[in-house]
Formats: sequence, structure tokens, C-alpha cells
Amino acid sequence: MATTSQPEASLPGTKDPETVILAEEIHKYYELGETRVHALRGATVKIARGEFVTIMGASGSGKSTFMNILGCLDKPSTGRYLLEGVDVSSLAKKELAAIRNRKIGFVFQGFNLLSRTTALENVELPTLYAHISKAEGEKRSREALALVGLGDRVAHFPSQLSGGQQQRVAIARALVNRPSILLADEPTGNLDSRTSVEIMDIFQKLNDEGLTIVLVTHEPDIAQFAKRSIQFRDGKIRRDDRNQNRPLASEVIKNLPKLED
Amino acid sequence: MDLFAIIRIAMRALARNKMRSVLTMLGIIIGVGAVIAMLGVGQGARQTMQEQIQAMGSNLLFVGAGTVTRSGMHMGWGSTKSLIYDDMLAILRECPAAHAVAPGSSSSGQVVFGNDNWATRLNGTEPQYFDIRSWPFLEGSAFTQNDVEMSANVAVIGETVRKNLFGATDPVGQTIRINNLPFRVTGVLVPKGTSAAMGDDQDDIILVPLTTLQKKITGQPWLRWIMVSAVSRQSSYAAQQQITSLLRDRHRIRAGDDADFFVRNLADMADVADEAGRVMTLLLASIASVSLIVGGIGIMNIMLVSVTERTREIGLRMAIGATEGNVQQQFLIEAVVLSLMGGITGIIFGLGASYVITQTLGWPVLISPLVIAIAVVFSMAVGVFFGFYPARKAAQMDPIEALRYE
Ligand SMILES: Nc1ncnc2c1ncn2[C@@H]1O[C@H](COP(=O)(O)OP(=O)(O)OP(=O)(O)O)[C@@H](O)[C@H]1O
Ligand SMILES: [Mg+2]
Repeated sequence: MATTSQPEASLPGTKDPETVILAEEIHKYYELGETRVHALRGATVKIARGEFVTIMGASGSGKSTFMNILGCLDKPSTGRYLLEGVDVSSLAKKELAAIRNRKIGFVFQGFNLLSRTTALENVELPTLYAHISKAEGEKRSREALALVGLGDRVAHFPSQLSGGQQQRVAIARALVNRPSILLADEPTGNLDSRTSVEIMDIFQKLNDEGLTIVLVTHEPDIAQFAKRSIQFRDGKIRRDDRNQNRPLASEVIKNLPKLED
Repeated sequence: MDLFAIIRIAMRALARNKMRSVLTMLGIIIGVGAVIAMLGVGQGARQTMQEQIQAMGSNLLFVGAGTVTRSGMHMGWGSTKSLIYDDMLAILRECPAAHAVAPGSSSSGQVVFGNDNWATRLNGTEPQYFDIRSWPFLEGSAFTQNDVEMSANVAVIGETVRKNLFGATDPVGQTIRINNLPFRVTGVLVPKGTSAAMGDDQDDIILVPLTTLQKKITGQPWLRWIMVSAVSRQSSYAAQQQITSLLRDRHRIRAGDDADFFVRNLADMADVADEAGRVMTLLLASIASVSLIVGGIGIMNIMLVSVTERTREIGLRMAIGATEGNVQQQFLIEAVVLSLMGGITGIIFGLGASYVITQTLGWPVLISPLVIAIAVVFSMAVGVFFGFYPARKAAQMDPIEALRYE
């Protein structure tokens, strides 16, 4: 499959790929009594289908705030957000819930798994709201867990899993309804480098199959696996680069020492 | 999401806090149990009352000494010295609808046999009383008209008196002492059980000839009551009319004045008793239903705690695609499962309690399927009503804020 680090838009003779995410002049402020916290100050981003984008930036620069807006969990104070050409502010709560359920997979900063609920049941959660049969939901959940390498841990509770395994359960949950967009807020935070690269390998493979991925990270080592890097600063986009010479996570793993698991 | 899945999730959530769930259910269990028990006992009482009144004979009339108010309740009955033996003879002679009559007077007595003694009601009457009331004998027979003429010291006893004085001994032919006078027992009556209308034990009684009671015990010539049987069931209203106008005439009561006696036919008595039973049942049931409301408030309280505790779970569910409706449904079902489980347990306890109570009193257990259906629906309604606000609160959470909740 395509292992190129060339931005697709620049390929001669190809049509412009469909824009899935178009955020224009997004502002977000929080009123805290007298003071107003300006989390986003005019962020504009355009992401096409099949892209793999990382968002980097200092702590507090508004990355999570922006991701929550992209994930239809939150609404901008001002500005426009078009998802697949549809203005999200025009949608009813119920339609937003359906988008979060089927179109977007979200991996939260912090795992947000339900404790005292098995890995399988955690992954099944989105299927309960997706109008598919219980049997089909369970089948897809097992597949999703196998995809992230946890096929043998279905009956484990979060407290019986390592941090990296919990994060992979969260990724499986984001993928179970086969979304076309995956939004991941620091999915490799507090993971060792080998596990991080393994997760990037999963993401690269999913991206190769056509999944659009937006990922927040602090580590440039992780960001290099994406096709495009966006830098946030004080609630605005500071840099937006295409990655040249993108490494393959599956190759990098081979050169890493094997010590855990 | 199908209902079955939501119920399973609800059961799981409740099982996570077993003690808390059971304590919360207890309120509903007690409420529903109390309502069912009250309705069961009340229905049983009404049924028994009707059967007893029917068994007395539907063409029976009761003439009592004393006054009656407009509401139908009699006041100080028997205290008036108004009814005499001649009134009874006049009824038999002049009322065509009257078929048979028996006079009666009452007192109380201390009865002794061997080392045992017993305080009981003492009635004086004539032998036809047992026919009019269709009250058969278990052993022996009634005293005779001759006994009445001779004022003989003979007595008929009820089952309760026999049990307390004689135990295994055959009472017929034995001599007992009533208020220190010796009486020979001629017969034992078939037990009638507890009167559902009055709540007294009808078998706790001794009957002696009227003349014996009047001359040797009370020393008074007045009658307390007259039992009349009408020619037929249809004529019992006619008999009532005839007796009333005859006695008003004999007692010289002017039109518009209150009479110094009252006449009841059994149809009336059945109605009055039934109405009283119904009011009593409703009263008891509504008192019991207060605890159902208290139970409902308990559910609301626990659901509010649960919603707050599970704020992050709610946020997560919404973030991955649960709609407001899904969340509201989940918590509402949880409240309903709680109240319904409590309700069903309460029904079982209530049935058990009313069975024990009615068995002790010798009444039938009467709980209609309708009552049970209503109890089920009602406990569900309690769950919906008191679960609605907490569920609404959960559904209106903002996913981002809920996820951030600590
Ligand atoms: N609910 C809120 N109320 C008030 N201020 C908020 C709220 N959420 C975020 N902020 C503020 O908005 C700014 C951006 O926060 P955000 O979580 O987007 O940062 P971030 O880039 O994700 O940081 P990190 O890398 O530490 O996760 C911060 O200054 C934060 O304090
Ligand atoms: Mg963040």
C-alpha cells in the first residue's frame, strides 16, 4: 500500500481529495467568574480524507479543546466547523450523538474506561448505541481487540491491565463502530517508547486502509510517523508541515530492544 | 438499544451496590406488602360478613329495643324498656308477612364447670330461635317449650364455651353453674366462627329459656330483641313495614317522632356492613400506601446519589454516542427495576401476611388478581415517578464537563 510521504494533494493528475474537516477561525473561551480564559484564538485547519495529522504544542495551548470541538463533544464560541461539508452548529443533539457514535472514534486523554467492566464490555459500549445486534456488536468488539493485540485479554478488568493495554482497549473502543475519522488525544502519553511505536504501527496500518487520523502528542518522535504535523501555540496554528521521509513504525520496532510484556 | 439490554445493565448497576439496593427496595417492599395485606384482610372480612349474613337466612328480620338515628346507626340499643313479650305475640298475630318469631333478652354470666370457669354472653330465648336462625346442633338438642313454661334451668352452649369448660368431656347432660345457679346442658351448637361484621366470637354464648333468664337472673320483664322470619325473601320488606307500623301504633309514637325500637332486615344489614367494610379497607390501604410514597422518595434519593457517583460514566456514554434519551432511559429503567423488584417482593410478603391473619381469624384469603396487577403497575409507576427527576438530571449533563468530573 501507499508508503509515500508525499502529500496526496500535490500528486499531478489526481483530483483534490474530499475535505472531511474544515475548521475556520475557531475561538473558544471559558468564563470563570470575572475572568475569561481564551483557550482557542482563531484556529483554522483543513484536513482531507485519508490524512494522518499530529497536533503538537505546549501544555495549555488548546489542543484538547480543539480536539473536543473536532469530535463534536464541544462547540466553538465563535467560528465555523464543517464536518464532511456539514456545519456542525446546525445539528441537533441527537444527530451529534449519532456522529460521535458512528463517524468519529475518540481516544481520550486519560483512558476513560469503565472500571469493574471487562475489556470486551468496554469495547462493546459504542455498539450498544449503534443499532446493531448484540451478537454482531460482540463479534466486532473481539475483532477490534484482536486488532490492537489484546485478543487474549477480553475478560480482563481495566485494573488487571497495564497502562499500555488499557490505552489499547480505549483505541479498540474508538474503532469498534468502524468510524471514518479517528481522533486521539495523547494516546501514547505515559507509555514507554516501544509501546508507543507499536500503537503508531496500528495507526499507520489503519491510515493505509483509508482512516483519517488526528492525533495529539507531545513527542516529536511520535509525530514523525504521521504525514503532517500541526503546531499549536496560544490557541492558534503556528506551523503546519508535511512530513518528509516518514518512517514506518513496523520497521522501527524491529530495531527496538524487546524487553517487556 | 433493546429493552432487554438496558434491563441487564440496570441489574448490573444495582448488583454493584447490593446492600444499598436492598435497603432502598425495603421501603417499597413494606409499602406494597402493607397495602396487599390490608386489602387481603379487608376483602376477606367483607366476604365472610356477606356469607354469615346470607347464612342467617335472607328472610330474617331483627327488631331491637332502642332508637335509630337517620344515618342508620343505632344508639344505646337495648337500653330502652320498650319491647315486651306482647309485642312479639302481636307481630305474629297481626303481620301477615311474619312467619315465625323468637324473643330475646341478654345478660352476661360467669360459668363454672368443675375447676374451670368462663365469662360469656348469656341470652334468653325460646326454642324456635334455633330454627329461625337455622343454627343446627353439634350434639344434643335445644331446650323445649315446656322448659320455657317451667323456667327450667337448662342451657344450650356454643363451641367456644364447650372448649373452655369441657375439653374432651361430653357436655350434654352435665351440670354447669351460671351465676351460681345449676343448669343442665341440653346441647352444643355448631360453630359459626368470628362475626366479620362485629368482629366478635359468635360461639362464645350460652342460651337459656327466656323465662329462666328474666325471672332468675336479670329480674326484668323487657325484651332486648325479637327475631322474625318473613314468609319469603320477597316479603321481608313488607314484613318490615308491617312490624314498624304495628309497633309504632302499640307504643303510641306520633308521626314524625323517633321510634323507641328499630327493625332491620338482613338485606339492609348486609349493605351497611359491606359499606363499613369497604370504608375500613380503603382507609387501611390508604394509610399503608403512605409508606409506598416514602419508599418512592428513598428510590429518588438513591438514584440521585447514583447519578452523581456515575457522572464520568454518563459523560463517557454520551461521548461515545449515547443520546439524552438513552441515558434517561437507562436511569429510569434502573429506578423501575428497583421499585418493581421491591413491589414483587412486597406482594409476596403481603400475601403471606394476609394469609396468616385471615387463617388466625378463620376467614378466607381473598386477593384478586386485579389487586396484584394494580400493585405491580403501581410500584412501576412509583419507579417512573420518582426516577424521572434523577434520570432527567443525568440526561442533561454536558459530556465534556461530566468527563472532567472528579
Ligand atoms: N472547562 C474549562 N474551564 C476553564 N478553562 C479551561 C477549561 N478547559 C480548558 N481550559 C483552559 O483552556 C486552555 C487550553 O486547555 P487544553 O486542555 O485545551 O490544553 P492542552 O493543550 O490540551 O494541554 P495539555 O497538553 O496539558 O493536555 C488551558 O489554559 C485551560 O486552563
Ligand atoms: Mg490536552
